[in-house]
Amino acid sequence: MSKYLPKLSDLKKDFEDKPSILKGDYSKKEWWDTPFEFRDGNWSFPAKPEVVEELGFPNSRKWSALDDDWKLPADWQKTISEGLKVRLKKYRSLKLYLDSCVRCGACADKCHFFLGTGDPRNMPVVRAELLRSVYRNDFPLVEKILQGFSGSRKLTSEVIKEWHMYYYQCTECRRCSVFCPLGIDTAEITMVARELLNLIGVNNNWILAPVANCNRTGNHLGIEPHTFVQNIESLVEDIEDMTGVTVNPTFNRKGAEILFITPSGDVFGDPGVYTMMGYLLLFHHIGLDYTISTYASEGGNFGMFTSNDMMKKLNAKMYHEAERLKVKWILGGECGHMWRVVHQYMNTMNGPADFLQVPVSPITGTKFTNAAATKMVHIAEFTADLIYHKKLKLDPRRNDHLKTTFHDSCNVARGMGMFEEPRFILDNVCNSFHEMPENTIREQTFCCGSGSGINSEENMEMRMRGGFPRANAVKHVKDKHKVDSLVTICAIDRASLPALMKYWNPGVTVYGLHELVGNALVMEGEKKRTEDLREHPMTGFDDEEGDVD
Amino acid sequence: MPIGMVAVLSLIPFIGVTYAGLDYLFGVIIPYASALIFIAGFVYRLFDWLKRPVPFRITTTCGQEKSLDWIKQDKFGSPSRAWQAALRVLSEVFFFRSLFRNTKSELREGPSLVHGSNKWLWMGGLVFHWSLLLIGLRHARYFFIMVPDFIQFVEGADRFFDLTLPAFYLTDALVLSAVTFLFVRRMIDAKMRIISLQTDYFPLFLITGIVLVGIIMRYIVKVDVMPVKDQMLRLVAFSFEAPAPIGALFYVHLFLVCVLAVYFPFSKLMHMGAIFLSPTRNLCNNSREKRHINPWNAAIKFRTYPEYEDEYREKMKKAKLPVEKQ
Repeated sequence: MSKYLPKLSDLKKDFEDKPSILKGDYSKKEWWDTPFEFRDGNWSFPAKPEVVEELGFPNSRKWSALDDDWKLPADWQKTISEGLKVRLKKYRSLKLYLDSCVRCGACADKCHFFLGTGDPRNMPVVRAELLRSVYRNDFPLVEKILQGFSGSRKLTSEVIKEWHMYYYQCTECRRCSVFCPLGIDTAEITMVARELLNLIGVNNNWILAPVANCNRTGNHLGIEPHTFVQNIESLVEDIEDMTGVTVNPTFNRKGAEILFITPSGDVFGDPGVYTMMGYLLLFHHIGLDYTISTYASEGGNFGMFTSNDMMKKLNAKMYHEAERLKVKWILGGECGHMWRVVHQYMNTMNGPADFLQVPVSPITGTKFTNAAATKMVHIAEFTADLIYHKKLKLDPRRNDHLKTTFHDSCNVARGMGMFEEPRFILDNVCNSFHEMPENTIREQTFCCGSGSGINSEENMEMRMRGGFPRANAVKHVKDKHKVDSLVTICAIDRASLPALMKYWNPGVTVYGLHELVGNALVMEGEKKRTEDLREHPMTGFDDEEGDVD
Repeated sequence: MPIGMVAVLSLIPFIGVTYAGLDYLFGVIIPYASALIFIAGFVYRLFDWLKRPVPFRITTTCGQEKSLDWIKQDKFGSPSRAWQAALRVLSEVFFFRSLFRNTKSELREGPSLVHGSNKWLWMGGLVFHWSLLLIGLRHARYFFIMVPDFIQFVEGADRFFDLTLPAFYLTDALVLSAVTFLFVRRMIDAKMRIISLQTDYFPLFLITGIVLVGIIMRYIVKVDVMPVKDQMLRLVAFSFEAPAPIGALFYVHLFLVCVLAVYFPFSKLMHMGAIFLSPTRNLCNNSREKRHINPWNAAIKFRTYPEYEDEYREKMKKAKLPVEKQ
């Protein structure tokens, strides 16, 4: 077991000894007087000097959050306050959200990190106050005279340490923003705070290394083109072994109708690869004219967790490649933050994509008018449309060995608003779908606890704490309906939820939605199927009962 | 501290009018000055927000987006047209729709988290704000020689429970209960106590002060309203005539209102304007359908395909990948 992972019994005891959600006694203290401490398991390692240099970011050095001296650049205070001023000019949201909070407390117990740590700084209102208190001290007019009155404070190196801890205990999931009567979005504040920290070299290797990889090789995992192809080809072989069907993905092919982009975790990571197999089977099933790019081989975008400029830079490859390959439109795989970027940022940042056409499903003829400008369609929208028009031959009984529940990924839920399509698909590919409790799904869904680039091994304690509310909701359906399969449409979920489930809910396995589609698809010319894509036996399809159409 | 501040602020006009005869200062100069500061400050703050761009359409989606024809869109959780977004904002302004969702999470044995509906804050907040609005509206009778029908209707409805003499206003009781609730929850809930700043208590006490003095004037001291109305009519006519004697208590009431007006533009009370501008609520969730323009969209140099192919050409050729240059 990882040294960064607390014993389950210890963590449970921690919750039970102090049963209120807020831990500790703060009766005589202000939040800014309470101590915080970096320790094994609650922070992510800083970016390696070579990574920082490759990106051309400032202040590359070896350092650790456990050190007293973080080796900040000489004029770091100026950099931060200038940086904040610039961003206040660029974003109305930032200024508005720093100015207008009334501290009503509605957000306080909505954050998964607060629910999992009981740490007052993890209440979204306080997370924003971390920056707000400094902003008040530096900027507005009258309140400057009334310092103690309005809770303002000086920007010190202690504040930088605090920011580094708590802006990386926020996954930019926006759950708090759903409940805020003023619509204040803590993600907007966290994103700016992280940009500011990057300006003085306070950073996170688990974010910046993938960013550097993605820039150079085209994907977060740093897979070079030949390896990328090899890996998908090995999935093609696995599919052939299991189904007897040979699927034929093409790469960097000019003139294909559709460019398909998915997170690289689907190509390389377990269990993402099974989702990839699902896509490949689906595309073969309907005879789709598509290609996969090794250059734009990443759907995700860790630039989003770094800076606005970096998000734009990594995202630019999608349109650039679509234009070069002369495809008609882009189809995107299952991913959370990828879809936040594609849905809310891509066309604004890197559009207009006039060289593409309004997406039309070549199978059903459906025109995706909701993607008329961005020209990129979510695979769940695409597949739901296929199923609705009865274009897929599905046998949902092939997923009878699974009892499923569905996890809404935060970005798709609160930054896109896609709730029905995945549920419609799930209802059609399996017979056993149970919803988690109502305040934990759809727009109120809980984050996996590892989103926004804090999915590092060394941050394991925080991940298990932050993921606790999600895990607990899964436990509810596990106990009530014997659910053993957690279905997601997010690559970070697929990477992080297995560890969370193993810790809190052993026996629950994590699946991608299109893996279940792949299981259920009855392919033309297939051999008799008795196992799912993971080579686990399916229920009711053993030798004599086998009834393949 | 904030309660002490309000007490001191109340004493200033009381002493000033009773012992120094500063009726003109408190009845004419300060009201004009504070009205000016309020209006100029409010407009400045709004303008200061509005001049900053909204670079991205960052709607917080609280319901199904508009997608396939046969999937029902949640028009107000995920608006795709301007009128839907406008109604979404108005539902926040008038009914506190987001707060209506509020839940309370509890940790039980297991450990197990339970998230239940919790509407107290929604109710307290709604009663507080609506009472203030109605109280403000019925005060309009001091500003018109002929009181408009609408104001008379509001006033009449507010006097529905005709219990006292003069008739008891329902909103007086409601606003006091609501303000007490809003204060008490900041004191008894440890989470609330730790997030509350002095600036959160001050307006609560200030408003309580204004309401209490108003109630005392109406039900206990029974201040003669005719000179009050005369003075208010003079003020709205931009007259600088000296007021007739009214009594120190009225000046306390008026001065606290002036303090509130001056404090307003420089404080969190500006949420009154901010709620209309919040980009997560007032934007359509249609950024894939219609391109949103970012006025400062900076040019970024990204790694182009030719640069990529230059680095990997040999490897790509070995893997039988098509290349642009041989």
